Amino acid sequence: MAASTSASADTGTGTGTGATTGPVGRPGVRGLGGGRGPKGLRGGGPWRRSREPEGAPLSGAMRAVGAERLFNRVALGVLIALAVLWLVPLAWAFATSVRSSDEIATDPTAWWSGSPTFAAYGDLLTGGKLPYWYANSFITSALTTVLTVLTASLAAFALSRLRFRYRRPAFLLLLAGLMVPPQVLMIPQFLALQETGLLNTYWAVVLPQVPNVVAVFVFKQFFDGIPEELTEAARADGAGWLRTYWQIVMPLSKPAISAVTIFVFVWAWNNFLWPLLVVTDPEMMTLPVGLTSVQDAFGIPQAQLMASAVLGGVPLLTVFLLFQRRIVEGIAGTGLK
Amino acid sequence: MLAPFGFFYLVFLIGPLLYLLVAGFFNTSLVKGGLGEWVGLENYRRAMSTEEFWTSLWHSMWFTVLTTVPLVLLALVLALLTDRFSQGRWFFRLAFFAPFVLPSSVISLMFMWIFADQIGLAQSWAKSLGSETPPSWLGDPDWAMLSIAAATVWWTIGFNFVIYLAALQEIPRDVHEAAALDGAGPWQRIRHVVVPMLGRATTLVTVLQLVASLKVFDQIYMMTGGGPDRATEPALLYVYNTGFTEGRVGYASTVSLVLFVVILLISLVWFALLRRTEKEG
Repeated sequence: MAASTSASADTGTGTGTGATTGPVGRPGVRGLGGGRGPKGLRGGGPWRRSREPEGAPLSGAMRAVGAERLFNRVALGVLIALAVLWLVPLAWAFATSVRSSDEIATDPTAWWSGSPTFAAYGDLLTGGKLPYWYANSFITSALTTVLTVLTASLAAFALSRLRFRYRRPAFLLLLAGLMVPPQVLMIPQFLALQETGLLNTYWAVVLPQVPNVVAVFVFKQFFDGIPEELTEAARADGAGWLRTYWQIVMPLSKPAISAVTIFVFVWAWNNFLWPLLVVTDPEMMTLPVGLTSVQDAFGIPQAQLMASAVLGGVPLLTVFLLFQRRIVEGIAGTGLK
Repeated sequence: MLAPFGFFYLVFLIGPLLYLLVAGFFNTSLVKGGLGEWVGLENYRRAMSTEEFWTSLWHSMWFTVLTTVPLVLLALVLALLTDRFSQGRWFFRLAFFAPFVLPSSVISLMFMWIFADQIGLAQSWAKSLGSETPPSWLGDPDWAMLSIAAATVWWTIGFNFVIYLAALQEIPRDVHEAAALDGAGPWQRIRHVVVPMLGRATTLVTVLQLVASLKVFDQIYMMTGGGPDRATEPALLYVYNTGFTEGRVGYASTVSLVLFVVILLISLVWFALLRRTEKEG
C-alpha cells in the first residue's frame, strides 16, 4: 500500500527520474508528490524533505546502529527468558505427571524422572470418569456452537437485510445485551432451568449459552460487506428471504462462520461457572467441572492430578495449534472494530 | 428470522435481568420457591450494612487492580519486544498465548501444585532465592490473592499480547524508518513514536481486562474457595454462596444487580473514552 502510493507519486511528477532514483527519491521530486499521500503519514514526505542525508555525521549513524544492535540483543534475551518462564508451569505439570508416587515423595520438585511412566494416564482413562467428561464437553460445546451459529447468523441477516418496523429498537436492545455479563444472571437462569426440570441434562448446559450477542455482531458486520446486488438478484429471481440467506449469503460467509465456530466452541468448552451450577451428576459433568472433583477428592496421587491437568489441556491446545492463525486473527480483529 | 435468536435472548438474558430487578425487592428463597414476601429496600439496606458484601466487592476490585496493571503493561512490553523480531515470532506467540486457551480448572490444578506448601515449585524457588521460610502462597491471607493474580497473569496475558501485536503491525514501517533517520534511538522511538500510536489498543485492552477481572470466579473458587478466612472471596463468589449455598435468592439478586451496575458503569466509561479517542484520531 505504502509502496504503491509512493510509486504513483513518483510517476505523477512526470519527470521520469522518479523511477531511477529508487525508493529514497530526491527531496524536490518527493515534495511535489507528498501532498497526495494519505494523511502524509505513509508517504513519509515531510521528514525526508527536512533532513539532508549527505550532511549527517557518519559516526552518529554508526553509534545508532550499535545502539540498535545492543537493544535488540537485550530485547531478545528478555523475551527468551520470559518465554521459558511462561513454559515452566506446563512443563512442570507434564514432568510431574510421568513420575511415580515414590519419586515425587522423595524429591517433589525434581524435573526429571529416573523411570518415566504413563501409568497415571492409563489409570485416568480407564478407571475414572474422564472419558465421560470428554464426551459431555464435546457434545455440549458442539450443540452450543451449532445453535449459536444458526440463530446468530439468522438474526444478523435480518438486521443486515430486512427493513422491518422495529429494526432500530431491536438493534439497540441487542447492543445493550453486550454489556450484560452472563455471570451476574446465574441465579435467575438457574431458577428458570430448575422450573423446566432440565437440570443435569445437556440442554441445561447448552441453552443459556446460545444467545451470544458478539456472534450476531460478527455476522452482521460480515453480511453488511456482501454487495446488495447479490441478494437483490436472488430476490428478483423469486427466492424468499430464507433461501437467500441459506443459499446466497451463508455460502459466501465461510470466514465469519469459521471464526464464530472456533470462538464459541472454545468459549463453551471452557465455561466453568454455568455447568458447575446445573450439573451435579458426575457422569454428566463437562471436563472443566469434572476436573474439580478430581482436585477435591483426597488422596489422589500428584502424578494423577497433573496427568488430568495435561489431559484436560490437550484438546484445546490441539485446537489452538490447528487453528492458530484463525484464532490469533480473530482476537486481533477485536481491536480493529 | 429474528425470532429464534430473540427467543433465547429474551428467555436467558432479558428475562433473568428483569427477574433480578424484581427479586431484589422480595425475600425470595431457593427452597420455598415463588417470590416470597415483598420486603422493599430491605435487601439493599442489608447489603450496605453487611461487611462481607463490601469486602467481597473490595476483593473483586483488588484482584482487578492486581491483574489489570501487569496484564496491560507486561503485554505491551512483550508485544513491543516481539515486534522487533520477524523470525521466532511464532515461538513467542505460542509461549505467551497457549495458556489462554486452557480451561480454568487446568490452570487451577497446575498452580495449586506449584503453590503447594513444602512440596511446591514456588516455595522451592523462593528458598533458593534466599527466603528461609517462604510463605504459604495460597494459605496465607496476605499472599493468597497475589498468588492467584500471578497465576491469572500467566494464564490470560496472551489475549492482550495478541491485540497489541496486531496494533503494532498496523503501524507503517515508514514511521519507524522516519524516526530512525531522524536519529531517534530504539528506546526513544518506542516512547515517543510507537506507544502514543497504541492509544486505541490500550483503551480496548484495559477496559476488556477491567470487565473480565471484575467477574473473577473460577480460579478463586477452585484454588482457595474464597479463603483462607474469606480473604479472597470475590463478589461473584459471594453471590454464589448467598444464593446457592444459603438459598437467599432475593438477597443474592440484589448483590448481582449491584455488581452488574459496577461493570456497566465501567463499560460506559469505555464507550465514552473510545469515542473521544476516535474523535481525536
